[in-house]
Formats: sequence, structure tokens, C-alpha cells
Amino acid sequence: MSLLKDILVIDFSQFLSGPSASLRLADLGARVIKVEKPETGDICRQLYVSEVKVAGESTIFHTINRNKESFTADLKNEADKARVRQLIASADVVMHNFRPGVMDRLGFSYEAVKAIRPEIIYAEISGYGEDGPWKDLPGQDLLLQALTGLPYLNGESDKAPTPMGVSVVDILAGTHLTQGILAALYRRDQNGEGGMVQVSMLESAMDFQFEVFTTFLNDGEELPQRSRTNHAHAYVAAPYGVYATADGYLALAMGNIQTLKELLVCPELGEFTDPEEWFDRRDEIKSILAGHLESKSTANWLGILEPADIWCARVLDFDSMRTEEGYRVLEMEMMVKTTKGHELRTTRCPIRVNGQLLNSPQGAPFLGEHNDAITQEFGLK
Amino acid sequence: MSDKGALPNSRLPLEGVLVLEFCQYLSGPSAGLRLADLGARVIKIENPGKGDLCRILPIKNQWVGENSLLFHTINRNKESYTANLKSPEELAEILELIRQTDVVMHNFRPGVMEKLGLGYEKLKGLNPKLVYAEISGYGSQGPWVKKPGQDLLLQAMTGLMYASGDQHDPPVPFGLAIGDILCGAQVVQGILAALVNRNRSGKGAKIELSLFESLLDFQFELLTTHFAGGQKPLRTKAQNAHPLLGAPYGIYATRDGHMAIAMVPLKVLEEALGCEGLGRFTQEMIFTHRDEIKKLLADYLISDNTGFWLTKMREKGLWAMDVKHWKALKQEAGYQHMKLEQKVRLPDGQAILTNRCPIRIDGNRLGSDRPAPALGIDSEKIRKEFNLFKAST
Repeated sequence: MSLLKDILVIDFSQFLSGPSASLRLADLGARVIKVEKPETGDICRQLYVSEVKVAGESTIFHTINRNKESFTADLKNEADKARVRQLIASADVVMHNFRPGVMDRLGFSYEAVKAIRPEIIYAEISGYGEDGPWKDLPGQDLLLQALTGLPYLNGESDKAPTPMGVSVVDILAGTHLTQGILAALYRRDQNGEGGMVQVSMLESAMDFQFEVFTTFLNDGEELPQRSRTNHAHAYVAAPYGVYATADGYLALAMGNIQTLKELLVCPELGEFTDPEEWFDRRDEIKSILAGHLESKSTANWLGILEPADIWCARVLDFDSMRTEEGYRVLEMEMMVKTTKGHELRTTRCPIRVNGQLLNSPQGAPFLGEHNDAITQEFGLK
Repeated sequence: MSDKGALPNSRLPLEGVLVLEFCQYLSGPSAGLRLADLGARVIKIENPGKGDLCRILPIKNQWVGENSLLFHTINRNKESYTANLKSPEELAEILELIRQTDVVMHNFRPGVMEKLGLGYEKLKGLNPKLVYAEISGYGSQGPWVKKPGQDLLLQAMTGLMYASGDQHDPPVPFGLAIGDILCGAQVVQGILAALVNRNRSGKGAKIELSLFESLLDFQFELLTTHFAGGQKPLRTKAQNAHPLLGAPYGIYATRDGHMAIAMVPLKVLEEALGCEGLGRFTQEMIFTHRDEIKKLLADYLISDNTGFWLTKMREKGLWAMDVKHWKALKQEAGYQHMKLEQKVRLPDGQAILTNRCPIRIDGNRLGSDRPAPALGIDSEKIRKEFNLFKAST
């Protein structure tokens, strides 16, 4: 089920934020052509994160760029630029994540692109906005986490500010860009007009925190306080947290402390009868729970808590997760293959359409792999 | 909320789209909020007794009248219609409303909507152009179907807790509801793609997401690397910031605070900071010796202030940032320039501050100062507007 059949996306972006957005568009049925610099291409091709490579290129690149085509063009060369302009004349979406000003200098600003293709959806991701004092700072995930206070939400209060160990700001910015592009495509089909979509990693990082940041804005700007022990959320009461058991770890979400006292047979919790104390005295409660839960196995506690509808779960790592029936029924893994026959196991698009999985076996393109085919198909000169 | 000097095409992209939100808490309602900010009309369909339970779920005991501040944060710019879905008359009215709507979304546990007579197959018969979106915790089949779809539990079960914190730490959760947020955002993507498709095909679609699949997708780089190498992602002994990345990637204590350093070639870093010894590690060693490299750097950076180091890094254009808390961030001209906050006007004349939509369209910042609705406040108006009385009699 290709919801975005016949949508052509010309993608100038690199690394993760932009390419993760175009991957989603590709999985939803759009045709995505990466415009890459000759010789080197998307720098992510050489961004190795492990010794495992796909045809000498980074596994990460192949993960983010499957199901796309690659067209090389030197954007400082007039002949190549003319070819890209011809390609844009047939496009629905142009997207990039260059630093502010770069696309203007290359001759591919929104105004310039709109002159070629008036109904274009032009989408861009910046680090900190297109103007203002931070526009030239590098838009890199960890730096944006550091800037926006995210590390003060994770880890216990005696720990250093703890970043989130996934490139969450890149991924959210890409997600928001996709939302904007799709909304603009909907409008274009309604009234024939294109539009410009802009997202910055700064805006995305702040949106991610909207619940807790709004609390901060309205409570006299009190900064978030992490729990001293078993921390999981600065704004949520005990028992919310992760607890060591005799053989692993147990996550406990919101719950009534007195109910837990009974179920777990933990009389020390008896004095915490006032729900307001479950937040104000959460460190004490969590310490008691932590001391109590480490005495028996995770299975033991789950056997007591789950039948009583207490929100709890065993903490799994990738290996243990993959042996679970609940994981396998989701069929989240799929194989992709490059045109040269390299296979890679990866995850599919998380969205199901009309009950169907959006699997795509097409691997990532080699640099310039589709130059000839695209030149011919679009009659590029 | 438009800017002076914005481009002339300022019609909001989803103008004219009607969304019925049968959702509670965060995942579904955050999707409804985004659709509303993009121009859709969003009506919350709520139970007449209590409504969305988020109404009575405060954080830090903050209330705005009878509702929590949290509810206002997630549900501004929406309407509220109450219906007892177990009453045949009221259900008939809802079905009439669904016949006229573009989108239905819900985050009930699997099977609940079907039991209420609001499953996709039935609604599709009523309105073939309907886009129907469904959020679950763990998908619609398998042993976990009945398990509560709560964010922390999903973080626990998807391996995510082994991405953050250092190697010898216990599993470290994200301190925000990342599963809810991502799943809500992806539901928006699915709904919008289905609406784009409907423009061409004239047909609606069913979109399904689960928090579990959203969190697996979130970890696609980690999982794919794991599949390829067979090894579990390993956090560094200290200063971990991403299990897949080599030194110096991490947050380091300085004499007066903390500083983040992203990917920087070691030779260049040695020169910029004057940290002797870094350069003896080759670029290949940023993975094999990352703990040693990080330790060397950590022991060095503690000797001076963040500002001192940052100046040296920035002079050379290297990727570094001081770690700020929100108060410090708010003081920055770069933050203020982006105008990230917006007011919501409450019925009693007071205002609260909250975040605006992160997406700008045609140069316009999106958002709305309209508050979250009181429970059922729009029921009568909606009944009249869509002629629902007819359906129940």
C-alpha cells in the first residue's frame, strides 16, 4: 500500500535528521532521490560506528538510506546544477539540512526552486533557526541535547547531567519535518499551492520537553529535580523507576504505594498514606522499595504484581527481547539487499497501512548508482 | 500567530480537516495537538463522567481550574464533545458525526473500539473516505496485547534502557515519555500520508502504530548494528552519550560545570585544548580505546572552566557546547530569537505559557492561544452544527 505513490522527493540532506525524514517518506511510497556530492557523497557513508561494514561503507548509512536512489551532482558546477534544476522541475518535494545560507549560495533557495517549480514543497532542517545569533553553530545532536537541558532529566541527582543515548533530537527533527512536508502536500492537492516547511533541532528539542517545560514556565521557573535513587522521571512520584531484583531489573510505573505495600508485603511503606508524599518523599519510598525488591527474582515480583494490574515490566536487552513471542509477532525485522547483492538485516517502518506491513527489500544506493537511469528517464542535459 | 513579513500563502495546511480524537493521556492527544496546530479542527470525544483522565493527572500539583496544567498543555486548541458510547442513542449521534468526519483516532487497548461498535470495518462502511488511526502498546496480537501501554514499561521492554548512562550503571530510562511522543508523532505522519493519498484515490485508510514498534524504529541504528555484529550495544565506562560512537563523544565535567563534546578528530582536539597525549591515539582507536581516551580527556578538562575550553574549541570551529539548564537557556539571545514560547488564554482572563508547534510553514510560527476545552463544553454546538439530533431519533 503506497500512500505516497508518484510523489518525487529530491533530497540534498546528509547524516541523520534529513535522511531519516526521507526514509519515512520512501517507506510510505514516495520516490526519494538523494543528490550527493561526487567522490564522497553523504558524509554518513564514511561514518563508521562499528567494524561491520556494508561493501566498505558504514552500516549506519545503509540503515538510514535504504529504499532511495543516488544521483551525484557537483553543485558548484554549472552543468551539474542545470541538470539538478531539470530534475527539480518534476519534483514534489525538495529538502535539505545544510547550514543556513548554503542553499542560497548554491542557487537553490526556496525562491530559486519555486521559480523552477511553483507548487514545490521546500523543506529544511537547521540546527538553531535560519537567522539569529546561533545560526552558524553546528547542528549536532549531543550539542542540542546539552543546550536544551535534556541531560538534566536523566540519571540520579548525584550523577553528572546524563544525555539520552540515541540521537533523539535528529530523529525528532526529521519526524517533524516529515509531518510538515505531508501537511503541505495535502494543502497543495487542495489548492494547488506549494509551501515552505522549516524545522530546527532547537525547536524539536524543546517540543520534546513540552510537558515538563510548560510546568517550569508556570511554576516560577523551578528547575527539574532528579530522584536521588531509582530515577526515571523528574516530575513523577514514587514508585516510578527501575529496580534491581535478585536476577535482573524491574520497571515500576505509577502505582498506589499502599497497594504495593500489601502486594509486596513491605510493611515499611505503611507510613506513606498521603498520595502527596509519594512525590515529596519519593526518595525515601524508592529506597525502601529498592531494598525490598532486590531480595527476590523479577519473575517472582511480576507473578504478584501483574495479576493485580500493577504497571510493571521486566527490563530486557536486545538479546532477551528478541526471544520474546511478543516481539516476534510484530515482525519488525526485515532483510534489505543492495543491487550488488549485499544483504543487511534491519528494522521496517513502524507504520501499518490497511493491516499491511510496509516492508521494502531495496537496499541503500551506491554513490551515483542511478545517474544514468535518472539522466535518461528525465531527459537531463 | 503569524509573523510580519511572512510569505503571503498563509492558509494553514490542514484547514477544513475534521479529526475526532477518542484518546487519553499523551500519545494520541499529542498527535491531536499537532494536527490542530497544523490547521485541523480537533474534537475530543470524551466520556461524560470524567473525560480524558489526563484532566485529573497533575504534575507537581499544578492545576488550571478543574483541570491539570498538563491537560492544558496537551489539549489546547481542541473542542470537547461528551458521549456515553454505551448508550445506543448517543452512539447513533457519534456514528453520524463519524459519517461526516475526515479522521478518527483512538488509543484504547486493542478490541475496545470494536466492542463499542466503532471498529474500522464498520466505520469504513459508513464513511469510505475515513482515515482511521489506532495506537496500541504492543500491536493488536500476541501475548502482550492486554499489557498496559505505559511509556516506562515500553522503554524497559525494548532495550532502550541500555543506551543511556555508563557501562556499570543499572538500566537508565529516558526521563521523558519518549515512546508516547514518538508514537504520537508517527501517527500524525500516517494520518497525513493517508489524507494525501485520499486526495488522489478518494479512499480512506487504516493506520496502526504501537509504542513498541515506535521505540524499535527509534533504535534502528542500534538494532541494525546489533543484527550485523551480534554484539550488544555497549555503553562506555564513563561519559557515555551514545553506545555506537567513539571517543571523545560525551559530556565532561569542568571546574565550574559540564561541557558536551561531539565528534572531533583527536589530533585536532589535542591542539585545540593543549591536552597532550590525545594525539598518540590514532583515529581507528576512538572505538577500541575509547574508555582510555575519555578518561584522559576527563582528567584534563576538570582543571579549568567551561568558558575557557569552549572558547578554544569554538575558535577552531569544533563541536562543543556547554550544558545548560532551562534558566540559563532562557537568558540566551539565541533562544529568545526563536520565540519558542506562546501564551494560552484561559476563560477567566489569565494566561499560561507553553511551547508552540516546532514546525514553521511559509515562514509562520504555528500555535494557538485557545485553551483546552472544559469537559463537554462544545457538545451542544456540535450536535446542532452536524445535525446529530436526527440520528438519535
